[in-house]
Amino acid sequence: MARVAPALGRGAHVFNACADRYHFAVGFAACLVADKVSLLPPTHTPEVMRQLRRFAADVVCLTDEAQCDIELPRVRYPLHREPAAPAAGAVPHIDSARRVAYVFTSGSTGTPVAHAKTWGRLTACVREEASRLGLAGNACAIIATVPPQHMYGFESSLLLGLLNGHALCAERPFYPADIAAALERVPRPRVLVSTPVHLRALVGSGVALPQTDLIVCSTAPLSHELALEVEERCHTRLLEIYGSTETGQIAMRQPTASPEWRLWPGVTLSVGDGETWAQGGHIEEPTRMLDVLELTGADTFLLHGRVADLVNIAGKRSSLGYLNHQLNSIPGVLDGAFFHAEEPHGAAVARVGACVVAPGLDPQALVAQLRQRIDAAFLPRPLLMVARLPRNSTGKLPQAALRALAAANSESAAAG
Amino acid sequence: MSDKVSPLKQPASAGAEAELTGEVAALIVEALNLDLSPAAIDPEKPLYGEGLGLDSIDILEIALVVSKRYGVQLRADAEGNGEIFGSLRRLVQYIGAHRTR
Repeated sequence: MARVAPALGRGAHVFNACADRYHFAVGFAACLVADKVSLLPPTHTPEVMRQLRRFAADVVCLTDEAQCDIELPRVRYPLHREPAAPAAGAVPHIDSARRVAYVFTSGSTGTPVAHAKTWGRLTACVREEASRLGLAGNACAIIATVPPQHMYGFESSLLLGLLNGHALCAERPFYPADIAAALERVPRPRVLVSTPVHLRALVGSGVALPQTDLIVCSTAPLSHELALEVEERCHTRLLEIYGSTETGQIAMRQPTASPEWRLWPGVTLSVGDGETWAQGGHIEEPTRMLDVLELTGADTFLLHGRVADLVNIAGKRSSLGYLNHQLNSIPGVLDGAFFHAEEPHGAAVARVGACVVAPGLDPQALVAQLRQRIDAAFLPRPLLMVARLPRNSTGKLPQAALRALAAANSESAAAG
Repeated sequence: MSDKVSPLKQPASAGAEAELTGEVAALIVEALNLDLSPAAIDPEKPLYGEGLGLDSIDILEIALVVSKRYGVQLRADAEGNGEIFGSLRRLVQYIGAHRTR
């Protein structure tokens, strides 16, 4: 920290892009003591980097990767071989009202929307999490498959570890065999923080897992079957977290025990006019939740599914509005629309498709342009180049019409 | 007859590799619900990123179906693993060398 803080320069904003969780933690802590704000954008595409610069002209990117092609002034994380002498001094006091980070969500205007996070609310939220997970006062090792830049990883690996004195695993294991190996390398009690996509792969691969004391899951609702399978195969408890980038985590459940979620202290939901709003407790501002929630008690609810515009692919979130905006801003695109593709067989991840009117562009060129603007997870599958979009008489584009167009296209391709 | 036969495995013949290539290509197309025929995957082009356009979600899915079908568990630090998805041919060769089913 003593080496990183001065290297961060004079600007007030730092985009912490460190891939190694330890480097990220040190970078984050350095920002705290150096009075800088950490920026946590959802993707690292060139377009988002440009928008980050518009948000904060003095932003620098802290990176620990030898080859970093992020188009911002870069600060290299100092990787020395000898450890620095331990810093003497008291634990720094961070004012609870201080904005320590901004997280970003994809707005329908095509510009990411910034959400401030204050230290007091973040810490209150994560202390409650530790208590609910049974981890307060029990030092454990945390292995996470999620990056610390994502709100879930930020809360449930980085902050959870920092605030409660747990051991954080620097790496981010990907393949099932690597997850098992990472768990093997740490002593018990060990906690796995992961997502439905990874848990499904873990269970499906048949890899033997060392005894894990707790599994935490978030970013998308876990099916009851998969939850049961995980608890059985791993002989452990699985706890699920519900939240959003804007609000942070706001509810928890044990899916094998009950489908009901229990809200964080002080958080209230109001449902009306087809909209659900969350506020209170550690939530910074009243926030519209992009899921359909049904209140079942003062602090409990059921989750019924997403609002139509929301796109969640393997835990990465966007909106059809945002994606459409990016698509239509590409030179040569006359009209274009994303849609939710049909649910694939075998519970593989559902994608978004797109129908595009762009007479002068070939599909590869279009995809290359999209890659500059949106995360790879949202690249359209299928991508249909069409003469015109199936707009109805009021100019609207029903999702069903887009999917029908896609189905017709693949049938004719198969027949042709 | 080759005089470099290992005690455990025969070096893959060209025919066996071609057959495995077809199998793995079909597995990928089916698992990812891709809108193209297995024969259309160029064995030399990168699978990840700008080649076939797969992302990390797809890679995990492929790793899963490969483990189920061939008993191969992919690891991030496996020899040049960044290269395994460098092309269909490399993936097929890796599977051929490590399969237990």
